[in-house]
Amino acid sequence: MNTPWDQLLPKLVENFGLTLYMVSITFVIAGFLGLVVGVLLHTSKPGGILENRALNLILNLIVNIVRPIPFILLVFSLQSLTRAVIGTHIGTNAGIFVMVVGAVFSIARIVEQNLVTVDPGIIEAVRAAGAKRLRIIITVLIPEALGPLILGYTYVVIGIVDMSAMVGAIGGGGLGNFALTYGYMVFRPDVTLVATVIIIVLVQLVQFLGNALARAVLRR
Amino acid sequence: MSDPAASPLVSLEAVTKEFGHGRKAFRALDGVDLQIARGEIFAIIGHSGAGKSTLVRLVNGLERVTSGRVIIDGQDITRLSENRLADVRQGIGMIFQQFNLLRSRTVFGNVEFPLIVAGRPKAEREERVWELLDFVGLTQKAHQHPEQLSGGQQQRVSIARALADGPPLLLADEATSALDPETTQDVLDLLSKINREFGVTIIVITHEMDVVRRIADRVAVLDKGKITEHGAVYDIFSAPQAEPTQRFLRTVVRSRPDQAILDRLRRERQGRLAIVEVGDDNRIGDVLGTANSRGVAFHLAFGGIEVLQDREFGSITLELTGADTAVDGLLEDLRTIAAVEEVTR
Repeated sequence: MNTPWDQLLPKLVENFGLTLYMVSITFVIAGFLGLVVGVLLHTSKPGGILENRALNLILNLIVNIVRPIPFILLVFSLQSLTRAVIGTHIGTNAGIFVMVVGAVFSIARIVEQNLVTVDPGIIEAVRAAGAKRLRIIITVLIPEALGPLILGYTYVVIGIVDMSAMVGAIGGGGLGNFALTYGYMVFRPDVTLVATVIIIVLVQLVQFLGNALARAVLRR
Repeated sequence: MSDPAASPLVSLEAVTKEFGHGRKAFRALDGVDLQIARGEIFAIIGHSGAGKSTLVRLVNGLERVTSGRVIIDGQDITRLSENRLADVRQGIGMIFQQFNLLRSRTVFGNVEFPLIVAGRPKAEREERVWELLDFVGLTQKAHQHPEQLSGGQQQRVSIARALADGPPLLLADEATSALDPETTQDVLDLLSKINREFGVTIIVITHEMDVVRRIADRVAVLDKGKITEHGAVYDIFSAPQAEPTQRFLRTVVRSRPDQAILDRLRRERQGRLAIVEVGDDNRIGDVLGTANSRGVAFHLAFGGIEVLQDREFGSITLELTGADTAVDGLLEDLRTIAAVEEVTR
């Protein structure tokens, strides 16, 4: 069987662009929201600078409920919410919405776990210097955990690439959809393979960049 | 030094601090009253777990009292909001056992931090940071990160950071406990200099009697959340009144034989044993000089003399051999000039 690469190539490029678009938009939105939720998870703990038992309990509950849901089930179960927010439950933007929901809580947990590595003594010292809470969070807590946070976010990007491929199932577009439509459905394993290799290269690139950045920040 | 009662910089009134609630509540501080005068170095000494670190954290509101009042420079800070407390803390420097420097910033950045918090303009900040780094002798290290520095250097950076915005009060929480003896001396000298040259009032928390001896004007002994005694360093150390103070001093002042040494002395020495307190104004040599003519032989079995605020104190344990009446006579004469405790059996 001859694969018509001359026809497929423009589609491949288009879908590759779509993947980059979905991954980066999701990364920015979910990355920011996840950072906020993660910081709240960490600082609302007993002894934290925003100590709040109720908030901590509620956030933990939400994270623990949403996080274990397999992504493909999340896509289906969020259908009506997606339609309410985006206007439709299929297509790229619907896909991005579901990916953001799926990623936020994983990111929040990763952020929380990395913030734990910051020595409480350092936070105490900047409190003693008269710094207020928002300043401590933005200029001390996050910078002190920046190295591990970068590694955590690198791991997250890979997870988002993974999700973006699955979003192809709801017509989200991207390399996953490309492989499904032009490879799997029409029995062209070489097309699936090409899409897979591109994703692997993309993930490797992200991992390399993340590691390099973390190394620079950690001064190792 | 002004009269501590006149206008204390720090005043704790019936302060109690409990951790936890209900049955699990633990009372870390129990009815603490304390006044700290402007310009003095005040030490709070006690064993670990005595409540020292909690006490010092009440002064800058890092911990809040359960009951009682904390008054800083005439302002009651007990009920202030966290943000108002933050403003108060800008005027109180603090240094820690583990230095607690920001790893994400250079030495310069660490010292600059409180100045940024205080909203000082950039040019003023730079000038002040260089001035402080010069004061602690670390201008060469300005652009290094804390982990590249030795412990003593890190503590000097943290001292510069604590002093950055010119606070009238400095809290030192076990500031030398993680340092070797030589570096400890350097840091204590630096603290004395800060007190002398800038008139900064310093509250020193420590479990090391040596730290108190070297720099403090006054000392409070904290035991199980209560202040058992406080006053001038010499008075407390040379003549402790409260039982917990005596017990504490016995473990840190080595001039009195402990039970094990006393047991051994009793086994090995034939004569009678007496512990004689040595003060700066008693001349026990004058009395001991008469021992020979009374037919009493004396040996020094144990003891030590320390110097505190330029005055001597300590004790020596004597072994006295001779006729009982002669020994009694000698002890009687000693008692007229010094505290004597016979510990023969």
